[in-house]
Amino acid sequence: MRRIGDAPSVRRLLIGAALLLSALFLLLPLVAIFAQAFSQGMAVFWANVSNTFTLHAIGLTLIIALLTIPICLVFGVALAWLVTRFSFPGRRILQTLIDIPFAVSPVVAGLIYLLLYGRNGWIGGWLDTHDIQLMFAWPGILMVTIFVTCPFVARELIPLMQAQGSREEEAAVTLGASGWTIFRRITLPNIRWALLYGIILTNARAVGEFGAVSVVSGAIRGRTNTLPLHLEQLYQDYNAVGAFASASLLALIALLTLAAKAGLEWRASRREALL
Amino acid sequence: MSIRLERIAKHFGNTQALEPINLDIQEGELVGLLGPSGSGKTTLLRIIAGLESADRSPTPGKIIFGDRDVTNVHVRDRRIGFVFQHYALFRHMSVYDNVAFGLTVMAKKHRPSSGEIRARVFRLLEMVQLQHLANRLPAQLSGGQQQRVSLARALAVKPDVLLLDEPFGALDAKVRQDLRRWLRRLHEELNFTSVFVTHDQEEALELSDRVVVMSNGRIEQIDTPDKLYRSPKNRFVFEFLGDVNHLEGRVQNGVLTCGDAHLNVELPDGDEELLLRPHEVRLTEQPSAESHLPVTITAISPVGAEVRVELEADWLAKPWLATVRHADFERLEMRRGQRLFAHPRQWHRFKDTSPQPSEQTHVA
Repeated sequence: MRRIGDAPSVRRLLIGAALLLSALFLLLPLVAIFAQAFSQGMAVFWANVSNTFTLHAIGLTLIIALLTIPICLVFGVALAWLVTRFSFPGRRILQTLIDIPFAVSPVVAGLIYLLLYGRNGWIGGWLDTHDIQLMFAWPGILMVTIFVTCPFVARELIPLMQAQGSREEEAAVTLGASGWTIFRRITLPNIRWALLYGIILTNARAVGEFGAVSVVSGAIRGRTNTLPLHLEQLYQDYNAVGAFASASLLALIALLTLAAKAGLEWRASRREALL
Repeated sequence: MSIRLERIAKHFGNTQALEPINLDIQEGELVGLLGPSGSGKTTLLRIIAGLESADRSPTPGKIIFGDRDVTNVHVRDRRIGFVFQHYALFRHMSVYDNVAFGLTVMAKKHRPSSGEIRARVFRLLEMVQLQHLANRLPAQLSGGQQQRVSLARALAVKPDVLLLDEPFGALDAKVRQDLRRWLRRLHEELNFTSVFVTHDQEEALELSDRVVVMSNGRIEQIDTPDKLYRSPKNRFVFEFLGDVNHLEGRVQNGVLTCGDAHLNVELPDGDEELLLRPHEVRLTEQPSAESHLPVTITAISPVGAEVRVELEADWLAKPWLATVRHADFERLEMRRGQRLFAHPRQWHRFKDTSPQPSEQTHVA
């Protein structure tokens, strides 16, 4: 049977266009990153990557990501639990508030944090008198990264938990299970794939965040420079190979993340096929 | 274990879901809560379970199991079994793990040994005839099988009372019939106290020792199925427990008139509404001295012990339903479009305004 738009010529045209555009806009830049990074040989690449400042940027980026993920995880699960399992005044507003980080430009988010927590800011002034510095230091970077990434886990969980409803949890409580047992043995297993997916997205964004971080970090080499900021600096310094070496590291992390995501989707589809 | 409810009421926001309700359920009784959707029956069941809390003001109600006041006892400690309409099986656990769940979450000092748990789960699975499916996931079972698993799961913790929320609502007619019979047998065997919710009058009448008929958050009548059907206390119960035909008209000098139809009745003058069950309608080719009710056959369903015939007429707001013996059906050679005359064998009349039960039955 032939469906509308299924003529061989139309099909070939559409597939060709999709492949061409994907190659042009997605694949080619990716290849270019690695080509540029290795353009002057392995030794130069290695020298750039093992540079103290680069190593520090890698370390800082990974630490920020490692701190962000558990915080966003707890926040996301708690929030999703709250809005899907309880009804209270303001629940809808809360659900809308979750999306603010998606709606606001990261640069604006960074500026707001600077305004609030910077030395002349509302809270920053008080902090300054107590000798606590958040802006232009790693805590500031962590704060804006959390701001930018906090919706991911909740956004993955809410539709799923809404669809699943609370019947299974109610069944568990009638059977005598405590709150923690219900969460561990009923809720968590039902949301684990969405949870992992949320973590992957959070990680990808935390590692790659540029706009908000660039405002609050001050980009001090060897102190508050994350990998994306370091990359930009190298590029501004006309060190193309160095910049692309860092870019290739970021791209590598992105590729690993994508592979993990594809792996999870493959496992999930296999589980469904089993049922 | 007996269940006693005293002044249980419930508001959701400003709407009253339950008016203050008193209800006594004897030990070992199987009681059906019957009512249309929105009548408050599921809310009442969930309050008994502890999944919903009753109003605390103006006067707090009471829920008593046996001689234990459980009003403020958490659902987890009420020792109830709850069966959900859509089974609510743990989808990521095998049938075995589902049934074992209640036993494995017990506090260590009460928890049976793993060998004992295993033995008990298999005994339950045998009882629901599913031991061969112990390792399956819920999604791999049919609806009827899933509901049996959910029943075994509820019974595993040896609950004091078993509560079932529209247990067979999501199943097809044949499976529903089987499961109903099977639940009745199980109830007689194990003799637990059970309360179940249904909107299906046939199910309630067939299964229950006593039926609680509810509407608009109120109990309309509590009785055995037989009494309920034969002597409904009010018009709502009468109408809810079976098909009803309405005859509205004006009585003058002992004749009720409605368009070109009329019927002799011994009632005072005024507006009247008479109610008839389908089996109380007789059909003939001629009118009689007492009644002149011309009707036209619009549909015929010859399935079952009797033929169901749908009747329409200008003077009827809603079509009537009559059940006719197959012999009469053949004798009158009934067919669609045929014009016949209806005669009430008997009719019923309720005075809605009076607070007292006010059924009046007249046998023609």
